[in-house]
Amino acid sequence: MEFLTPAGPNSTDRQTVLGKAHDRIDGPLKVSGLARYAYEYHDVAPRAAYGVVVTAGIGRGSIDSIDAVDAERAPGVLLVMTHLNAPKMFGQNAAAPNDPRLDHATPQLQGPRITQHDQAVALVVAETFEQARAAARSLRIGYKAQSGRFSLPAMQVEGKPHPRVADIDMGDFDTAYASAPVRIDATFTTPNQSQAMMEPHASLAFWDGDRLTVYLAHQVMHWARSGIAGTIGIPEAQVRVVAAYVGGGFGSKLALYSDAILASVASRQLGRPVKITLTRAQIFNHTTHRPPTIQRLRLAAGHDGRLIAVGHETFTGDQPGERGELASNQTRLLYGGANRRIHTRIAELDLPRGGSMRAPGEAAGLLALENAMDELAEKLGMDPVELRIVNDVQYDPEQGPSRPFSERKLVECLRTGADRFGWSHRIATPGQVRDGQWLVGMGMACAIRSNPVQPSGARVTLRPGGTVLVESAMTDIGTGSYTIMAQTAAEMLGLPMAAVEVRLGDSAYPKASGSGGSWGGNSSTAGTYAACVALRDTLARRAGFDGSDVSFDKGLIVSGGRSVALAQLVASGPVTAEDTMTYGDLTRRYAQASFGAHFCEVGVDVHTAEVRVRRLLSVCSIGRVLNPVTARSQCLGGMTMGIGAALMEELVVDPRFGYFVNHDLAEYQVPVHADVPDLDVVFVDGEDTKSSPMKARGVGELGICGVGAAITNAVYNATGVRVRDYPVTMDKLLAGMT
Amino acid sequence: MRAFTYTRAATPHEAAAAVAAHPGAKFVAGGTNLLDLMKVDVEKPTHLIDINRLGLDRIEPLADGGLRIGALVRNTDLAADSRVIAGWPVLTRALLAGASGQLRNKATTAGNLLQRSRCPYFYDTTKPCNKRDPGTGCAALGGFSRNLAVLGVSDMCISQHPSDMAVAMRVLDATVETVAADGATRSIPIAEFHTLPGATPHIENVLGHGELITAVTLPRPIGGTHVYRKVRDRASYAFAVVSVAMIRGNGIQRFAFGGIGTRPWRVEQAERLSGAEAIAERVLVGARPTTQNRFKLALTRRTLAAVLDQA
Repeated sequence: MEFLTPAGPNSTDRQTVLGKAHDRIDGPLKVSGLARYAYEYHDVAPRAAYGVVVTAGIGRGSIDSIDAVDAERAPGVLLVMTHLNAPKMFGQNAAAPNDPRLDHATPQLQGPRITQHDQAVALVVAETFEQARAAARSLRIGYKAQSGRFSLPAMQVEGKPHPRVADIDMGDFDTAYASAPVRIDATFTTPNQSQAMMEPHASLAFWDGDRLTVYLAHQVMHWARSGIAGTIGIPEAQVRVVAAYVGGGFGSKLALYSDAILASVASRQLGRPVKITLTRAQIFNHTTHRPPTIQRLRLAAGHDGRLIAVGHETFTGDQPGERGELASNQTRLLYGGANRRIHTRIAELDLPRGGSMRAPGEAAGLLALENAMDELAEKLGMDPVELRIVNDVQYDPEQGPSRPFSERKLVECLRTGADRFGWSHRIATPGQVRDGQWLVGMGMACAIRSNPVQPSGARVTLRPGGTVLVESAMTDIGTGSYTIMAQTAAEMLGLPMAAVEVRLGDSAYPKASGSGGSWGGNSSTAGTYAACVALRDTLARRAGFDGSDVSFDKGLIVSGGRSVALAQLVASGPVTAEDTMTYGDLTRRYAQASFGAHFCEVGVDVHTAEVRVRRLLSVCSIGRVLNPVTARSQCLGGMTMGIGAALMEELVVDPRFGYFVNHDLAEYQVPVHADVPDLDVVFVDGEDTKSSPMKARGVGELGICGVGAAITNAVYNATGVRVRDYPVTMDKLLAGMT
Repeated sequence: MRAFTYTRAATPHEAAAAVAAHPGAKFVAGGTNLLDLMKVDVEKPTHLIDINRLGLDRIEPLADGGLRIGALVRNTDLAADSRVIAGWPVLTRALLAGASGQLRNKATTAGNLLQRSRCPYFYDTTKPCNKRDPGTGCAALGGFSRNLAVLGVSDMCISQHPSDMAVAMRVLDATVETVAADGATRSIPIAEFHTLPGATPHIENVLGHGELITAVTLPRPIGGTHVYRKVRDRASYAFAVVSVAMIRGNGIQRFAFGGIGTRPWRVEQAERLSGAEAIAERVLVGARPTTQNRFKLALTRRTLAAVLDQA
């Protein structure tokens, strides 16, 4: 089914199951330990051998020597694989740059060169995990370390225009900025950050003849499948990947790592299943992370607050050919202003390869932009909420009114939030409110996150007895995919939730969007919708209906005053339909993004500068809400991650060794329960007919967008100290406190 | 983790003798620190003596009004003991400020005193660390040192002592009781228990190989207001950036500090002074901060001011 024109009335409008609060249907499995993750499958692959990956202890250089004698002789050891004996693998190369077949390839152990810390240098496989780990410790690998480009600030002079991101220059920025009555020029930095999801990357691989099956932790099944097939050089059709449950991803599991590749090749070589998990300490340097930024914000406005010039210049760094953190992107859409300079510069770094982390771009960019807007409001003597409202724009500021937003209710979010939060009680002058030991302040910020959609398919089967099975290669990374796809099928077929079973995370099922970029919920339910429309047509024909007035309700198919029980139509066998939702040019014709407004109250200890968030409210506009429970959970998680970004999360670079030093969950601090106060989430009513037939938009990343700036703006309001280097920790605040 | 052998000891003396007889042996009690370090190949014992069943898990009043805390009393039980809460509340507060409920359920009194470094380089066997591998150098000097020590440091090591409980024990003038392989017992004042890194940062206390802690004793209660203030980067489950244990009132003023020293830090001469400024200045004599942890000097003074406000 193609989605080419804005959605009219459709069967999802009934909102008897969709739009209603449903707890996650996989919840009981998860809290009872019955939901199995990649490392936990034992029955499908008995006698699995255990692999332990050995990773490099240097950031850049080469392997000088390998002494595997002791490791190979160690008890239980089945295989020691290094670059000296690893099979040939395939990846992006200079001869065929950007070969799409190899987009997700990730070759391992292909030579002595070390290009990042904790790159895989060996695999040890043994009968037990303990044996493999012990043997790995006795492997002696000598390195020749080289100096590298490990510091982003030191590389700033090397910044080059981003090969994949065009500069935006509109109007005459320099003149407009220089002559404006009120100006802000501030530079912000955001650090390397880690996704730090709960489930470590893990894979279990086994072969049946020339066919490979890999149970793994990945967000997008077809990327995992093509990545494994491409890397080891076999046809995609010979690879099946399974990830029925994924313990969080936040972008980290959009890529493949050594666990999947080495389990696959070791299993082939040994002729038995092999399972591998990365250790927590390896994950921080071996897998991707959010790259660092240095962002210069220059905002200029008239005395009425209207932006005259908008300048957002991002400098970022990453491994050669990688993307970096595109922190300027949201500034293209969030506010008006005729004179614009939105640039991205990137330098090559030898730190571990960057990648996507929840709201790549916006999460880092809004920390700077929304802090600068707060500074501008102060300089204008204007309320920060009003400043955002006067700069609201209902169309793409670069394209003009010919490209309106599909649905933009930012002003409603702002007004609703200000009212609910009690924003009018904020005292604009910093440092005025004291509650015992606490300096108390309020801050706010806007949220925007683009709304991509992806083709997504599903197969829906009405089974004898009248129950429905939904199968799709969609993943559920803790978001609620199982639940909202069940709701979609129940709504479309007029059945209760209990009559729907959903099976996900298997490349043997119809190809689906996967989870990433906030597209998963909208895209996967649209795919379910498409398959259900096809199934409805088939069932209607079986019932002898041909009109357009067919409806499905309470287990019946109804038309023209006549009804037939669905169970009756499948008495002799199941009926199946499969379809994929694809998209036309509505994303080009309409600017599409989810919006929100965050309001925060913090306490800052007057003595120690410890910051504690006291209240946090997010008002979100995401089109139609598919399930208020799961949507709210996404916001809560994003807000919590935003607390981390504002106050504590930083991968600390040691430039002497070229790695992130704090590579465990004790030293890389994320918020704990005590850091997270009462969080409040409100969704404004809406429906986005340009986005999909579900009339919904993405919500998975919106919560983290801007929330950190709301927190640090509140810190400024509490203390009068503006820290522009994230995270805002006590040492930085103390420098400005008396 | 490397292969090791394992036995259970029947008596404290037998346990001490068993470790003394085996150069690669270690005691294991709660295991909350040792097992983690074995998994990352920092601790490599060849033999473990399990001391969990030695009956050292009782809290008993002493004739002089003090308290004898068995070496294996779990942190949770110690924090919740009504006698501790009444007479030595700073100990309860320090215990509850540390780790998490799950860890405190396993962690023991003696094990807490023997907690090893939380310096990230100590944990990383691919990097130099004099404490882990003597003579390899100190990666923390000139490296990521934001939360490391400013007091008692040497050119060989700047690792801070991570314990909260030990800071309270220090302010309470606790005594560590031990038994050695030959059956000899001794009592070590807490002030003399932990050693400074100097040129031998791998040595962290005065215990001989095989010498087993059997109990920690507290002198009779001294009254006053007890405060344990722990400053950290998040609200829970983090090691102290600075912590202050204070007992004040009843004509008494005592302070001990965590997070800033290579061992629980107390400067008795500073306790005669008044005002956060003067006390902090005396406590911080000899401080050698790095550029990253210099803020701990001001933070110590400010935290002291905060606790003085409280009592």
